Amino acid sequence: MKATVLKIAVAAGLMAGVATGAMAQQKNVTIGVSIPAATHGWTGGVVYHAQETAKQLEKGYPGLKVVVKTSPDGAAQANAIDDLMSQKVDALVVLPFNSDELTNPMREVKKRGTFVTIVDRGLKDPSIQDIYVAGNNPEFGRVAGKYFVENLKQGNVVVFRGIPTVIDEERVTNFEKALEGSGVKVIDKQYANWNRDDAFKVMQDYLAKHPKIDAVWASDDDMALGVMEAIRQAKREDIKFVLGGAGMKDMVKKVMDGDKMVPANVSYPPSMISTAMGVTAAQFYTNAPMRGTYTLNAELITKDNAKNHYFPNSPF
Amino acid sequence: MTETVLPTRAEKRKFKMDMRALSPFIALIVLIIAGALINPDFLTASNLLNVVTRSAFIAIIAVGATFVIAGGGLDLSVGSMAALTAGVMILTLNNLGGGDVGTLAIGLLAAIALGAACGLANGLIVTFGRIEPFIVTLGTMGIFRSLVIWLAAGGTITMRNFELRELYRPVYFGNIFGIPYPIIAFLVVAAIGALILYRTSFGRHVVALGSNEDVARYSGVPIWRVRTLTYVIQGICVGIAVLVYVPRLGSATPTTGLLWELQAITAVVIGGTALKGGIGRVWGTVVGAVILELVANIMVLSNFVSEFLVGAVQGAIIIIAMLVQRSVHRGR
Repeated sequence: MKATVLKIAVAAGLMAGVATGAMAQQKNVTIGVSIPAATHGWTGGVVYHAQETAKQLEKGYPGLKVVVKTSPDGAAQANAIDDLMSQKVDALVVLPFNSDELTNPMREVKKRGTFVTIVDRGLKDPSIQDIYVAGNNPEFGRVAGKYFVENLKQGNVVVFRGIPTVIDEERVTNFEKALEGSGVKVIDKQYANWNRDDAFKVMQDYLAKHPKIDAVWASDDDMALGVMEAIRQAKREDIKFVLGGAGMKDMVKKVMDGDKMVPANVSYPPSMISTAMGVTAAQFYTNAPMRGTYTLNAELITKDNAKNHYFPNSPF
Repeated sequence: MTETVLPTRAEKRKFKMDMRALSPFIALIVLIIAGALINPDFLTASNLLNVVTRSAFIAIIAVGATFVIAGGGLDLSVGSMAALTAGVMILTLNNLGGGDVGTLAIGLLAAIALGAACGLANGLIVTFGRIEPFIVTLGTMGIFRSLVIWLAAGGTITMRNFELRELYRPVYFGNIFGIPYPIIAFLVVAAIGALILYRTSFGRHVVALGSNEDVARYSGVPIWRVRTLTYVIQGICVGIAVLVYVPRLGSATPTTGLLWELQAITAVVIGGTALKGGIGRVWGTVVGAVILELVANIMVLSNFVSEFLVGAVQGAIIIIAMLVQRSVHRGR
């Protein structure tokens, strides 16, 4: 009995020694990353970029461990965060499904002294987050609107909305604001749920209803693909271009190749998760101040800069 | 006692059913008139052909659903099954790599076979597992959906061979004597469906099973086989729908076929099939599918419905259409 106790004590001492030895050589930091599972194109891109960045960061910072967990819904994400916390992570990077649901679990995480980085969808209580990285939805609409004003100058535009959400509302109102005072007129708006099939149907109906459409703001690349198939079927020549958004690789490729119907795109990059993970890792390995809010630009992708936005290996 | 009561009841119900069979067509005509009043562009041949062509997937799937529902079952997995079948079919085509008709044929067969296999799985679990079809197909709905998401890694499964895509594209967009192929496809599927349901002993067994399982069992209907086969028919119909669906956009995504199960069930019910089973109306089902698509079309063509309220008006129109049907067969 005594012998066993002794053995345990010796073993513990040894292990402590090994641990301190390692500490002297390198710092051990674990970053947990909790993101939605790949249920549609954009989140598929988030998962891809999170996994790629995890590998790169582990290579770049010795002693860093990055654990990526995906969850199919908000409740599962709360559980995944619990699991990550039990692995004693030093920092947690979270792209929440739903801001309301995750605010309280994240408050608990923060109380334990964990460094918190939030991506894209902000928490109800901003004091919880140390870093906030977000895309810019109002800007997304504004950049698109500006493109129509500058390139179409005047004419009739039909608009595709996504799923009724704050994101969609911010994009569309700012798109319309950007058109104010110009000769570009929105003649129709409908929801097509960020879905290819729905956009195909709505475009067929737009084509039946409006004899002259000058351009289409599909506002999303999945919807843009459905729209273009409907235009091709109707053999209509009046439509000059279709502007999508979010920077799907197939569409960025078309921009790169100089497709006349797809002259540009507006970015809303799923790789914003990489930005968040990079900044979080830097917090532990550099002395530079990192805390704060980072708003990524919604960039206009044109033929000139398309190759910076093209990721052929990403599923999105 | 029973012998004297049963025949008179059956006769009465037959009379009612005939009225029920007519009423979806009347609702359809009312809708077309309403559409024409709302926007003159509605009645153009190209618009109407577009709408009917679009309704092909739901119509074909709903013909299968008519069998399942008439037999007293339910299949919630059809939307996910369609997405999975489309994904696997495209992956098969991409892996074969060729741009010829032979490659295409193998892809088409793979789709039908997978559809039938998925249906068989549903059927066997329902019958041999003795579990409520609602639960079984809710489960397989999740399984099929996750599998397609996994295959696509959350992204899109797209036909890579351009020649093959162009070869296959006319199956959705082409026509013969002005009638688009998808319309021909769903008319043929409905005709075969009607033949099986009304003119074969299997069809009568399905209806018998749906109206009273115990009576059917005592009358010697091979319950397990009939029930399983209804799900297999459903699966094959999903496979056929996918054959028409894939050439349209040449891709499958995790959102493909989302909520198709609800649309198919709605089409079946609008068509006059009883949700509790025992009555099957194949042609009514097809009209139901067209009605659903027409309502959506009229919404976009109308100028006075705000995009925020489209769903509400759509719901109201479907309920009113059902009320019109009901009053028609009461009135007579």
